[in-house]
Amino acid sequence: MSHSPPDTKPAPGPKKTALFDLHVSMGGRMVDFAGYSLPVQFSGLIDEHNHTRKSASLFDVSHMGQVSVGGADFASAAAALETILPGNLQNLKPGGMRYTVLLNADGGIEDDLIVTRPAEGEGGGKCLFIVVNAARKDHDMKIFRQFLGSELEFELHEDRSLLALQGPMAARVLANLGDAPHKLAFMQSMASSISGIRCRISRCGYTGEDGFEISVADSSAPDLASILYGDQRVMPAGLGARDSLRLEAGLCLYGHDMKDTTDPVSANILFAIGKKRRETGDFVGGDAVLSILKNGPKALRVGIVFDGRMPVREGAELVDGNGEKIGCITSGTFAPTLGSPIAMGYVPASMSETGTAVSAIVRGRKISGTVTSMPFVPQRYARRPGL
Amino acid sequence: MKKIMFSADHEYVAADGDTATIGISDYAQDQLGDIVFVELPQVGDSFKKGDELAVVESVKAASEIYAPVDCTITAVNEALAENPEQVNSDPLGAGWLVKVSMDNEAQLDDLMDEEAYASHIA
Repeated sequence: MSHSPPDTKPAPGPKKTALFDLHVSMGGRMVDFAGYSLPVQFSGLIDEHNHTRKSASLFDVSHMGQVSVGGADFASAAAALETILPGNLQNLKPGGMRYTVLLNADGGIEDDLIVTRPAEGEGGGKCLFIVVNAARKDHDMKIFRQFLGSELEFELHEDRSLLALQGPMAARVLANLGDAPHKLAFMQSMASSISGIRCRISRCGYTGEDGFEISVADSSAPDLASILYGDQRVMPAGLGARDSLRLEAGLCLYGHDMKDTTDPVSANILFAIGKKRRETGDFVGGDAVLSILKNGPKALRVGIVFDGRMPVREGAELVDGNGEKIGCITSGTFAPTLGSPIAMGYVPASMSETGTAVSAIVRGRKISGTVTSMPFVPQRYARRPGL
Repeated sequence: MKKIMFSADHEYVAADGDTATIGISDYAQDQLGDIVFVELPQVGDSFKKGDELAVVESVKAASEIYAPVDCTITAVNEALAENPEQVNSDPLGAGWLVKVSMDNEAQLDDLMDEEAYASHIA
């Protein structure tokens, strides 16, 4: 038996989200992830994965960083942000959302993020909202403030939860509770309330399915989750299913499929940079990106489907027909929807063509695979408002 | 009469004389989650206690399975190639991994019986 002397504090454990108790009561298996205690699974990863593809699942993504941007007005705030973010922000419509990246001077990706322009009078005095990766939020806040701290006010809202309702039934579930599904298309956002709980609803997600992310005060998050679970179609899902779903959807995971030494051209996410801005390069890292665009990237992120059933995971070496090393897997899993191992990795641009044969080395064995266009499973976003 | 013994790494050995069936415990399959692939050794392969004998892969991760005793493989569960989920649904039955002949039955005494294993995972 041991005890700590009274003058030493216990090591800080992972933070609990507002839904921690609810997760535990629903049988969630809690793990530490990016400094938070979050459920990796409930009924089982494949179960939750398949349920999300055919019905609706609720994910707790409260670990994500929710940032608000205060400034004189939207136009000036968007113009200022565009100096460090290469996405087209100034032309965002009210309620519009944009996926983009935060780059360093070398064109490396410091984070990927989504910027939202609140509709008129819906921002609570804020010009823009940004959602960033959990593990990068303090880092991003430093960069935001370093570059723009004198003209814009950045606030990280640690007192807000983020609930993701994902799946083909998500719109029907939410339509019983409000009008958001009838007002929002994919990548649109609005202030709303559900059973009197004030929230911000955005039609987006990380599963490839139609779905919504709901930002809500921590104090109301358990009530909101319970209301959503009140619909029999909604089941809880954990981080495990979230990862296999996003991989099937061909979506990058920061820290794995891209990091601060990866540029957006090689990462194959050019859509994160505004079209014109790919020519002007008027943003931090712009010169580097322009030069890579001009000379062509050395390596490209591709999707690969492997033969057989053996999962090919992050870190596995990729080789060509002669056994020469050509690249590396950055994330991979067994895809429940396809029944095959799928992965993302980097290969020389000359070998990035769909249909190119590549092999991965797993425990000394050569596993044959084929470069495949992504998404692996068709995305089913709502291009128009409605069910 | 078969007796089932467990290793601290959650393998089980169901022994019958100097032959035995090896697999992973119910606790282990539950911890691993949905199993999608099992890599098994070949008949005739020999292992020392503690050697990597097989790999069980869930969607999330690959887990090495260690030989709980010195042994030589006499059969592998071919059904797992098509139905690896049997390890989840019936780890001590249809989800067995390999059958072996043991080189040194006395090594069983180093393992835990069901009662000791139950308190090990408690």
